[in-house]
Amino acid sequence: MGKITVNGKEQDLSAPTTLAALIAQNNIAQPDMVSVQLNEEFVNREDYATTTLKDGDEVDFLYFMGGGGLQ
Amino acid sequence: MNFTEDQINRYSRHILLQDVGVEGQEKISSGKVLVVGAGGLGAPVALYLAAAGVGTIGVIDGDVVDLSNLQRQIIHFTADVGKPKVISAKEKINRLNPDVRVVTYQALLTSENAQEIIKDYDFVVDGTDNFPVKFLINDACVLAGKPFSHGGILRFEGQTLTYLPEAPCYRCLFHSPPPPNAVPTCSQAGVLGAIAGMLGTIQAAEALKYLTGVGELLTGKLLTFNAKTMNFRTIKTKRSEKCPVCGKNPTITKLIDYEQAVCDISDRKKR
Repeated sequence: MGKITVNGKEQDLSAPTTLAALIAQNNIAQPDMVSVQLNEEFVNREDYATTTLKDGDEVDFLYFMGGGGLQ
Repeated sequence: MNFTEDQINRYSRHILLQDVGVEGQEKISSGKVLVVGAGGLGAPVALYLAAAGVGTIGVIDGDVVDLSNLQRQIIHFTADVGKPKVISAKEKINRLNPDVRVVTYQALLTSENAQEIIKDYDFVVDGTDNFPVKFLINDACVLAGKPFSHGGILRFEGQTLTYLPEAPCYRCLFHSPPPPNAVPTCSQAGVLGAIAGMLGTIQAAEALKYLTGVGELLTGKLLTFNAKTMNFRTIKTKRSEKCPVCGKNPTITKLIDYEQAVCDISDRKKR
C-alpha cells in the first residue's frame, strides 16, 4: 500500500486506511480534542471516516496546549 | 531617536547585527508590546523585551505571586510572594532597563477590556495559562488586525505560532476551546520549568523580529517541541476557509468570554 508520514514519522500502510482508522491505530487520546491536517490542509471532523489515505500522505495531529494540552 | 552613549553601549550587540543596526534598535526602542500574563511564558518574554529596550511593555495579569510560581516564573522572586504579579514584573523590568516604559493592568483580559487594551500596542504576546483567554486574544487580534504570538506549554512540550493579518490564526488550527477540564492545564498536569523559558524566548524573538522586520516569522507555521527528545518540528499550516473568525463566512464578529475550567477557578480563589 505504501508509506505515510504521521507527525514527521513514517508509518506503513498495510491496507486501505481512513483517517478515522489512523486515529484509532495511533491510540490518540481524546480524538475530539485533536486537529488533523492532511498534506497541510485541515480536515473536517465529519470527513475523517470517508477520507482514505494514500501513499506519500503527510498527516499531522495538532494538540491543544494551553499551559494545557494532551498526552 | 538619538541614543545616548550609554544606550549605544547597552544595545551594542544588537547594533552590531547587520540585520538590526541602529535603525533596528530604534524600531525596538519605539516599539510597544503587550504581554498577556506575567507567568511562565510572560516572565521570560518580558525580561528579554526589557533587556532589548522595547520602548513600551504592557503587562496584564490579575494574579498575585504564589510560591508554586517561582519554579518557572523567573521575573518573580521569593520576596514577591503575595505581591500582584504586574507590580513584581514592573519592578524587575525597571531594574533591568530604566529606558522601558511599563504599563500595568492588574486585571484579567476579558471581552470588555481586550480591544481597548490591545489597540495601543504594535504586537501582543499570549503568555496565558488558559484556553478562554487564548481564544479571546486570537479573536481580539484577528478582529483588530493586530499581530500576536501564541504560546502553549505542558509537561515537556511547547507550541507556538505567530499571527499576522492574512496568515492562519489560532482558530484555523483549533476551531474552538476544549470544554472546561477536557484538557489538562499546567496547574493540573505539571510542566518542566525550563520549558517556559524555551518557549517564552522564542516568543520574545518573534516580537523583536516583528518590530525590526528581520527574518521570517512563524506565520503559517506551528512550531512544536518536546524537550524529552529535543525534537523540534515546524508544521506548515494554511488558513481554514471554515475558520469561525477569519474564514469566508465568519460567525464570530464580537468577543466571547468562554467558561474557565472549574479547577482553575478554584485554584485562583484559593490564593
